[in-house]
Parts: sequence; structure tokens; C-alpha cells
Amino acid sequence: MTATATPRTKRQKKEAAGPYGNVGKTVDVLDERLGFAKGGRVFMDKIFPDHWSFMLGEIALYSFVVLLVTGVFLTLYFVPSQRLMTVPMDFPYKPLRGDTVSEAFYSTINMSFNVRCGLLMRQMHHWACDIFVASIVVHMARVFFTGAFRKPREANWLVGVTLLILAITNGFLGYSLPDDLVSGTGIRIADSIMLSIPVIGSYVSFFVFGGTFPGDIVIERFFIIHVLLVPGAIMGLVGAHLGLLVRQKHTQFPGKGRTERNVVGSPMFPVFIFKTQGFLFMVLGACALLGALAQINPVWQFGQYYAANISYAVQPDWYMGFLDGLLRVMPAWEFNNFGYTIPLEVTFPAVIFPGIVFNIAMAWPWIEQQFTKDKQMHHLLDRPRDVPHRTAFGVAFFALLAILFIASSTDVLANFFHVSLNFVLILMRVLCFVVPVIAYPVTYFICIELQGGGSLMGKRKRANVVVRTEEGEYIANPSDPRPGDAHEELDATPVPTFIIDEAVVVEAEEVVSEGGVKVAAR
Amino acid sequence: MTDQHEPADITTVTADAPQMQPLAKDPDAMANKIGLLFILGLICFLGFGVAYWQDAAFWLYGTLIGAGLVALGSGFIAWGKYLLPKGPFVEERHVLASSTEERTAFSAALMERGVAPIKRRKALGALLGGSLGVFSIVALFPLVRSLGPLPGDSLATTNWKKGTRLVDINGNFIHIDQIDVGGFATVFPEGLQLTDDGQAIDQTFLIRVDTEPFTTAKGREDWTPSGYVAYSKLCTHLGCPVGLYEQQLEVLVCPCHQSMFKVREAAIPTFGPAPRPLPQLPLAVDSDGYLFAAAGYNEPVGPGYWERP
Ligand code: HEM
Ligand code: FES
Repeated sequence: MTATATPRTKRQKKEAAGPYGNVGKTVDVLDERLGFAKGGRVFMDKIFPDHWSFMLGEIALYSFVVLLVTGVFLTLYFVPSQRLMTVPMDFPYKPLRGDTVSEAFYSTINMSFNVRCGLLMRQMHHWACDIFVASIVVHMARVFFTGAFRKPREANWLVGVTLLILAITNGFLGYSLPDDLVSGTGIRIADSIMLSIPVIGSYVSFFVFGGTFPGDIVIERFFIIHVLLVPGAIMGLVGAHLGLLVRQKHTQFPGKGRTERNVVGSPMFPVFIFKTQGFLFMVLGACALLGALAQINPVWQFGQYYAANISYAVQPDWYMGFLDGLLRVMPAWEFNNFGYTIPLEVTFPAVIFPGIVFNIAMAWPWIEQQFTKDKQMHHLLDRPRDVPHRTAFGVAFFALLAILFIASSTDVLANFFHVSLNFVLILMRVLCFVVPVIAYPVTYFICIELQGGGSLMGKRKRANVVVRTEEGEYIANPSDPRPGDAHEELDATPVPTFIIDEAVVVEAEEVVSEGGVKVAAR
Repeated sequence: MTDQHEPADITTVTADAPQMQPLAKDPDAMANKIGLLFILGLICFLGFGVAYWQDAAFWLYGTLIGAGLVALGSGFIAWGKYLLPKGPFVEERHVLASSTEERTAFSAALMERGVAPIKRRKALGALLGGSLGVFSIVALFPLVRSLGPLPGDSLATTNWKKGTRLVDINGNFIHIDQIDVGGFATVFPEGLQLTDDGQAIDQTFLIRVDTEPFTTAKGREDWTPSGYVAYSKLCTHLGCPVGLYEQQLEVLVCPCHQSMFKVREAAIPTFGPAPRPLPQLPLAVDSDGYLFAAAGYNEPVGPGYWERP
């Protein structure tokens, strides 16, 4: 009878609505049609390990969100055309008034000076790009040094390396769009690199530029690749990356209660959602602050690209630095035989070396298997010190890239330290070989050293309190653990579906016990 | 995404379990702090609205929205970290692999239902493969071949010919008395100074090194009338314009990777990654005293490429 009577009192209304009110009703409606309740709850229960290093991938994801949002804004004002035009005489930036520039260049400076928020969006976009690539690299480093790429996660490692390549590519393409003197020089160098590819080089160059450099179509082509093709591919791969992550679940560091058969941490809902949402806003905010306060790529100062002009100290974005460095330190070894030329001084640094680097990166899970013969599943992470050879290799590898990066400013270094350019160049050539060779054994032995640290690792060192007894004897006692380090973690509990508040349950019993539903009445 | 075979466990926890407690020692104080962060965010966002509306300096409204987002984000994180159940929680990791029977069944379905009967029709398969193969090749025609013309020998040629007069970027001819010793100019073939080809390929660096002709290399005895010498401005390394002239040392420097070329000695590279000298343009003077090319370049200009002889 109660079912047909219109509920009057508050309590009756509450009863009619069911224990979870409108939310519960919506879930009923949707689940009848889509059947998501069971799977959806598994998803809500997904556990995220609480370790700061798991946040690096999130930075990458959220800076990509910033790129998408600001990038769409830029497309509303940017004109991808190399057609020439005259800067109007009332343009706010006086030095360019009356100049002949391309529409791409004009639209870039126009959105910087005449569109409210335009410059902010441009600078945010560029900063987000630098953060995006940087966070991918650091994220990869953590996956590498902790062995998170091991079976069963080889496929996700491949997806990750591909994402890095796409991010770098798109950064270069975006950098090229404004058609300013610096980016134009970059495109010219890219053209010469294409030309250096044996056999097909000149065809590649002609097909990219629609003829000889610079042609009149390259910005249009780069534009559509930059705003559609590569971001689309990145989005698809990010989806695959996260899909695999959910399917295979997170790795975790070894620790109390953590085994190969479980994951310990915070559940997706609500704890992780809150933290990660907050983090999205932090990354957005960081990009906005950088965009507002730190100037980046002031193209109006460089001016329009003219192929016969050049500015001093041209520097590419940081992630291209290692290529530029290698182009500088490579000796001028060009081979000319049987009427054909192999410009190895370009082909090696700009084609072969990156090819080797990214192929080693791609193949690393299998390269390592060759050495370790390890075909086991791994869900617990390595501490880098426990895998000294891998760690040493990684450090040597990054050391080489760092040297090459430094070598991309040989001229600046020579000026700064008042030494000859020749000295800097030779020094860099030597360091390219010496530093990795030294870095490997040094890292290796540091790892071995650290392994002795045992279970105390990661906690701050405790002082030794030395006391002299009355008999003149010295006794060393470790001091108390520092605050925070003494903290012992609780045992992990399963993610709760129902939470029983005992005090309330007693009182609420009469209301709901008939339906036999356990409820957290509030 | 979810494992349909395993029933999702239903678990119950009491609200006073230690894992269900917030991490904050004093949750109400923490809630107040988080509240302040949200208020700060709110103020920043309002400030942004006003600053935008008033068309304030971009760094001002940028800072406001950035600060607002950081405040909002840190409040959000603190809420998740300090006020929600601190855990730790645990989740079982189910074996992803299917059972051996299921795997065998899958392979069987794949092979017996599909692959085996298809394989029986070898000829059909070959025809299908052949036509797909041809399709994938011809599909490349529009996708690749349409992108641009074939290079031909255009990389080996420039617009400099015997008799082409030199002009500067404004289209003025270069008179023999115009540039002092130590001076220089970027020159183009007459009429092409503002064209893509003229700028990107023909650009040439003209330097007055001396008052008298000099010989840069054997066979180039009369290429430098009145001490004028002209080299292709395209670096033989990666094609940057070699735009710096160091007058004292008489070297040309490429700003991209610091290759250096000796001006008096046929621009042989003395430093840096450039593999070849810059090609030299033979010069001559007409009866009115204007400079012109005595011939075109005798080798391709710019960086190396496969077909370069
Ligand atoms: C995949 C990640 C992306 C990266 C790494 C990236 C990077 C860059 C960079 C470095 C620039 C030069 C900006 C400057 O200083 O002027 C740029 C320009 C540009 N980007 Fe992106 N971008 C990405 C995604 C996007 C997306 C998704 C869009 C639009 C849907 C977009 C639209 C644009 C436009 C229109 C420009 C030219 C306007 C200008 O230069 O001011 N970008 N991009
Ligand atoms: S382009 Fe001239 S040195 Fe590299």
C-alpha cells in the first residue's frame, strides 16, 4: 500500500526514493540499458600507487591538454600562408610598420599584439610544448630505471617511445609555423638534412616542399600536419597507453604488503580523482604563469624569414639541442665516389644517430632480455641500485645526450670562458666519448655501494650518538628516527564498497532492514 | 578493461577503520585552509575577469588566472590527500591470461573456421593478394608522387649565367668603386633579388678583399677584378647563409655551426663541420664599371646530396 500512497513526510519521501536517492535512480536507469555497474565499479576501485614518480606521466598528459586548448585558440587567428603582404601603418609594434611579411608571420604577430589573450595563449602553447616533451622524457626515465617496461608492459613502452617521437616532431613543426627568421632557418636546416639521406634525399625534399626550398606551400603543409595529423595520432596513442595501463594495472615499488599479485595505494574514486583533477589545474596554472611572466619565442624581434638573411646565435627548442650539438662536433666527413655523394657529416648526426637512439629505445625491453634471460612477469618495480648494469647504461646514455646538448652552444661557451672555439670543439669531441665511458662504471659502483643500505634506504640517515661511560668506554647508539621516518604504514584494506557507520546503522535499521540492503544512512 | 569472469568483490568496511580516517591530524583546520585556497582562486578568477574586461596588461591577467588555477589545484589536491580516506587500499591483480582451454578454443576457432577453408582457395588468395599489392602501390601515386615535381638537375643549377649582372637586395647594380676594401654585400642575379629562387639558391656573398685582383686558386686567376671576390652564400654544411665576415682574419663564418672559410684561398673550410669550400662565382667588369658574372657556378651550391657529382 505504501507504494501507491504519495509520500508525505520527509521520512516517507526518503524511503520512496530508495537508499541512494536520485543518483541511485539514475544508475538504475542507465545500468538497465548499458550494464555498466559492475565494470564501472571495478574502474572506480582501480588502485593508484602513492609514489611521486607516478605523477610524471600525468604532467605529460595535462600539458597535452593545455596544448590542445591553447592550440585550438591559435588556429582561430593563425593564417597558414606564405603569401606576402604589407604590415599596416597603424600596427602597434612600430618597427614592423610597412614591412613586407608573409601572412603566417603577420597573423602570428597580429594575434600577439591585437588579440586580447593572444600573446598569453601563444606563450602558454609554447611553454606547454617544452613541458610536454620534458615530462615525457622524465617519465620515460622513471619507467626505464625502475624496470617498469618489463613483461607484460613491452607494448606500452613502444607506445611511449612513439609518443616521444611524435611530440618532438610536432614541436618542430609548430616552431616552424610563424615563418620568422629563426624558424625559417630551422626549416632550411631540415631541408638540408632531408637532402643528406642517401638515394632518396632529393626526392624527399622535393615532395615535402613541392619543389625547391622554400617554395610557397610548406607552411600550409606543416600546419595541417601540426594541428590535425600528429595531434590526432598522439590522442589515439595516449588512449592506447592509458587503456593498456588500466588493463594491466599499475606497477608498484616493493614495500609493506605489496606483492606481485596486488596493487596498494589510493582508489580512483574519489581520492585519485581529486588529486589528479587538482594536478590538472596546477599544470594549467603553471603554464599560464609561465606564459604570463616568461617571454618565449618573441618572433617580432626576429622578423620575417628571408632566405638570404641570418641572425646570430640561432638556437632551436631545447629538445632539438642534442641534434644541433652532434652536427657541430661531427667532423666534416663527406664521401664522394662514382659520381655520388654521401654527406656523412650531416647524415650521421641528423639521420643515423637519432635512428640508432630511437631504435635502441624501442628495442630496449628485448635487448635487456638478451642479457638477463628473464621471461618472468614483473609487477613490482626495481630499485635502480638493484639493477646496476641497466642503471649505469641509462646514466651513460643520458650523459652522452647531455654532452651533445651542451655542445650545441660551443660558440656561447667559447665566448663566455674566453677560450678558442677550436678548443671547445675538441674538448666536446673528447667528452662525447669520455663522459659516458666514465659515467658507466661510476654509476655501477655507486649502485653497488647503495645496495649495502638495505632496508634503511630512502629514510634519512640517523645520527650516531656516541656516549662516553664513566669507565672511559665509548658506546655508539643510533639516535631516534627523525619525525616522519618512524611512521609505520597501516595494513592495506580492500577498497570498500559499503561503508557501515555502526552508530547510524542501529538507528536506521528499522527504515531499511525490510529491503535487506546494507546502507550507509547519513 | 574489466575482467568479466571474476565477480567484482563486494567489500564492506566500517567507517571507523583506521584506513578510512583522513590523513590530516585536525581535519577541520585543514578544511579551513583548503577553503582559503578556494577563496583565493575565486578572487583571482574575478580579478582575471575584471583585468580582461579593462584590457589590462597581458602579464597581469595571465598571472591572475595562473595563480587562481594553482590555488584551485592545490586546494583540490589537499582535499584528496588530507580529507579523504587515507588508506592504503589494496586491489587484487588477477591473472590476465585466459585458461589453456580458452586459448586453445580461440586458436581452433581462428584456424578451423577461418584460415583453413580460406587457405584451400590458393588461387583466389593469390589474386586477392596481387590486387591488394597493386592497389597499395598505385595508392602511393596520389599520396606521394603528387606532392611535388621530380628534382631533375635543379639542385645542380642556379640562375647565374655568363653575363648576369650582380644586384643588391634593392635591385641596384654594383659599381666597381662602390665598396671599399673590407666591405661586402649580398648579391643576386639581376631581377631575381626578391624571388624565392634568387633568395634561397642564388644568394651570393660579394666581398672587396683588395684593390688589385688576386688568385684564390689555380685556374681562377682572373675571377677577382679589382679585388672583388664572390662566393655562394649557402653553407656547404646545411645551407645556412654564411653571413658573417671577419675582416681582420679574412674569413667567412657561418653563424649556424661556426664553419669558417678562407676568403683568399677559394673559401676552403678551416674550421667546423662544412665539408667543402664555398663555390666561387667568377666576376668581370663591364665598360661602365659594373660587376657581372663571367660564368655561372661550376659546381652545385649548398649542402651535399646523393646525386651531387
Ligand atoms: C602535440 C602537441 C603540440 C606541440 C608539441 C605543439 C607545439 C607548438 C609550438 C612549439 C609552436 C610555436 C609557437 C610559437 O611560439 O609561436 C606551435 C604553434 C602553433 N600550434 Fe601547436 N603544438 C601542439 C599541438 C597543437 C594543436 C593540437 C593545435 C591546434 C589544434 C596547435 C595549433 C598551433 C598553431 C595554430 C600554431 C601557430 C601559431 C603561432 O605560432 O603562434 N598545436 N605549436
Ligand atoms: S650550416 Fe653552416 S656550419 Fe652548419
